[in-house]
Amino acid sequence: MTEDGYNFAYLDEQTKRMIRRAILKAVAIPGYQVPFGSREMPLPYGWGTGGIQVTASIIGRDDTLKVIDQGADDTVNAVSIRKFFARTAGVATTERTEDATIVQTRHRIPETPLAAGQILVYQVPIPEPLRWLEPREAETRKMHALEEYGAMHVRLYEDIARFGHIATSYDYPVRVNGRYLARPSPIPKFDNPKMDRLPALQLFGAGREKRIYAIPPHTEVRSLDFDDHPFEVQTWDEACAFCGAADSFLDEIVTDDRGGRLFVCSDTDYCGKRRAAGHTGSATRDPERGGA
Amino acid sequence: MPPGAPPLLSARGVTKFYDAIPGCRDVSFDIWPGEVLGIVGESGSGKTTMLNCISARLEPTSGTVEYATRHDGPADIYRMSEPVRRLLMRTDWGFVHQNPQEGLRMGVSAGANIGERLMAVGARHYGNIREAAADWLDKVEMDTGRMDDLPFTFSGGMQQRLQIARNLVTAPRIVFMDEPTGGLDVSVQARLLDLLRGLVADLGLAAVIVTHDLAVARLLSHRLLVMRRGKVVESGLTDQVLDDPEHPYSQLLVSSVLHP
Repeated sequence: MTEDGYNFAYLDEQTKRMIRRAILKAVAIPGYQVPFGSREMPLPYGWGTGGIQVTASIIGRDDTLKVIDQGADDTVNAVSIRKFFARTAGVATTERTEDATIVQTRHRIPETPLAAGQILVYQVPIPEPLRWLEPREAETRKMHALEEYGAMHVRLYEDIARFGHIATSYDYPVRVNGRYLARPSPIPKFDNPKMDRLPALQLFGAGREKRIYAIPPHTEVRSLDFDDHPFEVQTWDEACAFCGAADSFLDEIVTDDRGGRLFVCSDTDYCGKRRAAGHTGSATRDPERGGA
Repeated sequence: MPPGAPPLLSARGVTKFYDAIPGCRDVSFDIWPGEVLGIVGESGSGKTTMLNCISARLEPTSGTVEYATRHDGPADIYRMSEPVRRLLMRTDWGFVHQNPQEGLRMGVSAGANIGERLMAVGARHYGNIREAAADWLDKVEMDTGRMDDLPFTFSGGMQQRLQIARNLVTAPRIVFMDEPTGGLDVSVQARLLDLLRGLVADLGLAAVIVTHDLAVARLLSHRLLVMRRGKVVESGLTDQVLDDPEHPYSQLLVSSVLHP
């Protein structure tokens, strides 16, 4: 049921139209940051105002929405955004990645591969990948226009010089379609390879910074690296303690004050489905280790 | 320089007004490859305005600046397309600021500062970039062991060396320097000047050096322009201008220097 007194999906139709125009332009120029008139939303900047506005503009009555925060469906941010759309749009919500038509995400791409027809909406805090190098907006726009991206490697160089390897582990800069440099929002670099030629549409909304950008389906997305220090993703020595998955992004959970810790899937939907299918991990086989 | 070779850079009637206030007026000169041109004059005489005008950092109100590009011959730097101009500025040209903090990226290590220009023109091999950085630290007489230190841990003289290394790593053909030894004490100044003189001679660099220090001008430059109130009042060979100044202002300038 939709809450009385609100337009469908909270935003008024003119605003949605304006945001859709920005999205269309963003899709037409993969990776280019399109300015848009970001609105005040009933949650603070930094909690996903950009993602919510994008979702509100593309959602229809037949859509099924999934919202994740750090991979989990049950954290405060995910629950409140899901509830927000259940109240203002009356749409169906789900925790199952494959059932969702729109997945709004903060900090992760689901482990279950996304399919054509699905839309992944990212919440973006800082959309400008060059901001770290160049504080002037006029200058960064010029750098994008002229494809002056070489200096971006200074950051990676500095990582190797300090730590011996590229230590940037999230929000790892990518080149979209061989042209625009983009920030994939603070997803772990583990997820970067999933963005490459993804059959689903990827939309990025930055509410405070008032920018929307997009990666259309099947678009090449390449992570920056050096010839002698190629791009690598994180690996773990252990498998998920709950479901035994060795191929998913693991969160470290401290279980006591004696050094006890567990590594579990950050994607709760993926982990739950594996456990329902009978997979077990070290903690579910041996309850003494805590967890579950 | 073969006789009759075209100049590397030629300024014609360069004039810059800040609203009604003249910065520099009707400045014309040529620089040939390998030549060092000194620009001297008192504070406010338009030296820095002129330097900015000829280094594509500040568009003059009128006048032209032509640069002999490697492939397309002489081209007006304010008429060429912006990508071409910006590429020139970070490959063929160098700019050394008086305050090294303006010319350096203070948040990243010395090695990254030197490597930045290489990465900007497409270097993508960490090992090679590092090797070039170490090589240049060595050339500017800095300890290669400090390659991974941040610039703010360096002394003023070392920062200035680092800035010079950072500019020269892409083998530019002309370097613009705005008071490169300003703010350094005399012994550090002497070493830096010695270094600059060596580098300019070894690399066959052309350089434009703005300074108010006549000793710096005498040591480094082949030719000298004396500026006053935005105008060039005298130009000629360095020793000729300094030892036998013609214009009353040049005479005043030379006679104002204290000899201890």
